[in-house]
Amino acid sequence: MNLRYAFKTALRALKANKSRSALTILGIVIGITAIMMVMSLGQGAQNLILKQIQSIGSKTIAVVPGRQPKGIMESLSVLTDSLKEKDVTVLMKKENVPHLSKIMPVVFGSETAVFENESYSATVFGVTDLFAKIYDVYPEQGRLFSDEEVKSKADVVIIGSKVKDELFGQDDALDKKIKVKGRNLRVIGILGKKGQFSFVNFDSAVIVPYTTAQTYIFGIKYFHRLVIEADKEENVAQTVEDIKMTLRNSHNITDPEKDDFFIETQASAMEMVSTIMNILTLFLAAVAAISLVVGGVGIMNIMLVSVTERTREIGLRKAIGATDKNILFQFLLEAVVLTAIGGIVGIILGTLFSFLTSLALSKFWNLNWAFTFPIQAALLGIGVSAFVGLVFGLYPARQASKKSPIEALRYE
Amino acid sequence: MPLIEVRNLKKIYQDGVETPALGGVSFDTNEGEFVAIMGPSGSGKSTLLHILGFLDRHTSGVYRFDGKTIDDYSPEEIAHTRNKKMGFVFQMFNLLPRATVLENVKLPLFYSGLKESLWDEIALKAIEEVGLSQRKNYDTSLLSGGEKQRVAIARALVNNPAVIFADEPTGNLDSKSGGQIMEIIESLNNKGHTIILITHETYTAEYAERIITLKDGLIESDRKVEYRRHIHKDHFIK
Repeated sequence: MNLRYAFKTALRALKANKSRSALTILGIVIGITAIMMVMSLGQGAQNLILKQIQSIGSKTIAVVPGRQPKGIMESLSVLTDSLKEKDVTVLMKKENVPHLSKIMPVVFGSETAVFENESYSATVFGVTDLFAKIYDVYPEQGRLFSDEEVKSKADVVIIGSKVKDELFGQDDALDKKIKVKGRNLRVIGILGKKGQFSFVNFDSAVIVPYTTAQTYIFGIKYFHRLVIEADKEENVAQTVEDIKMTLRNSHNITDPEKDDFFIETQASAMEMVSTIMNILTLFLAAVAAISLVVGGVGIMNIMLVSVTERTREIGLRKAIGATDKNILFQFLLEAVVLTAIGGIVGIILGTLFSFLTSLALSKFWNLNWAFTFPIQAALLGIGVSAFVGLVFGLYPARQASKKSPIEALRYE
Repeated sequence: MPLIEVRNLKKIYQDGVETPALGGVSFDTNEGEFVAIMGPSGSGKSTLLHILGFLDRHTSGVYRFDGKTIDDYSPEEIAHTRNKKMGFVFQMFNLLPRATVLENVKLPLFYSGLKESLWDEIALKAIEEVGLSQRKNYDTSLLSGGEKQRVAIARALVNNPAVIFADEPTGNLDSKSGGQIMEIIESLNNKGHTIILITHETYTAEYAERIITLKDGLIESDRKVEYRRHIHKDHFIK
């Protein structure tokens, strides 16, 4: 059996019915294209999110109230009021958390900021002046707020570039007073354009001392986050443990299962995002794979037609010395070549479409989206499509190989 | 030892009802012989040819080819024997569509186990034997009926078989092309190939040295041809 010649024969047979072959593989092409796009865009989305997490900084630790989410269904944990001012005090004690270098309480929420007749739905952040160092954002005009202003619940605000544009346009905003939830706040700083960063869009943010935000805007006595920075990256793990011990003591918790807080680090967040994204990608790819089954049935159908049409050819081949295996192999190879071509076309189209999509995402949505070519998906695509050919080509090929030569030669 | 040995060969088709096609046929054919099998349609001559060509199995009796019966062979060996020792020429030519003369003639070599590098040379020699060298790269659909049958003959002899089975090879041709085909078959016989020819025309059968006439699945007569057609070549209208 000469493999090269067998391939040539298969290609010739497929070329003889060009449009039919093309239509037959459409199902496979669509299936592989969809899988390629899901995998590529899934990978892109994952990279984008991971990049955001990385921008938080590897020394940063977030203490979040509530229970650690388990699995996708719980990923939005219910905010609780377990983190309070006294936690900050105990955490700041050197003997409790020796490697803690910075700690910043955070409260946040959506509120409307108003200036004269203009209003803008902004994200209100209640923080301390440490936010500038932690997130690496500094006012382009004006200044940060001072410790004194944080302690005294001063009515001061630093606004993002978008907020400034929406409320003030070209006018000067410094020292003007904007209204948030009926409270007049004096603009002391304006941030430069920053974009999406660590899941926070500082451009549309209104930043106030957390004391001010707690008392006058949200009316709460707890925090939504405690952002802590360790002194060195290698001390992050130790610091996480120290924080847990300290908070359990402070909250009188003996059973770690009953923690009313959880801790996110860059590493744990990345792990969680990767897990969720992988499950999601796999799920979507599995849905796309259904079209491969539909495509496979199409292949089987057309191969059966082809076997009937070529009954005389089968008879002749048997008469001049083809064994049943030769015939089986010939038709099986045709089906596999057909679907493998579908797979390759699908990979090319899938790559093209995901490239165009990533181009559009970075151009029109201003996302820092990088195109990735999912090499595993490409290999999987070729493998799966060839496998579909093998599975759905087997039955027609068996039908062909079982034909009796004289019946086949008589066939009109 | 005869090349083909047939003893009391019977074939009954079981298609719901039993249809006897061969009712006990016996004859021998030696290597190098040119035998014509004649008979009206339904006489069982095609059935006999299919059994002789290992394309079908007989119901009872004995058929030995080259000393062996079909039951001595595995299915692979049957295919191999058809490929190496037998050549087939059909009334309907049965060429591959959309393929050239050369590609059609090469087809048996694909199943022969011979190296591909040798195929062209062997196939071109066979094409030359049937006088189609100048047409070797033509698509067979562009050829006349006589030329198509010559391609089929080249294909049948490409593996240098011991015997060539020709099933009404002139049945679809005009008398001129038919005559040319018979001359080629005759020349193959002169080169040593055994020929089993099926025909219903006495005129064509008389190219053979022996005519077996079948009627209702039985041999009606088995006679030597006194005046073989090629001896009277002058009478043949070219």
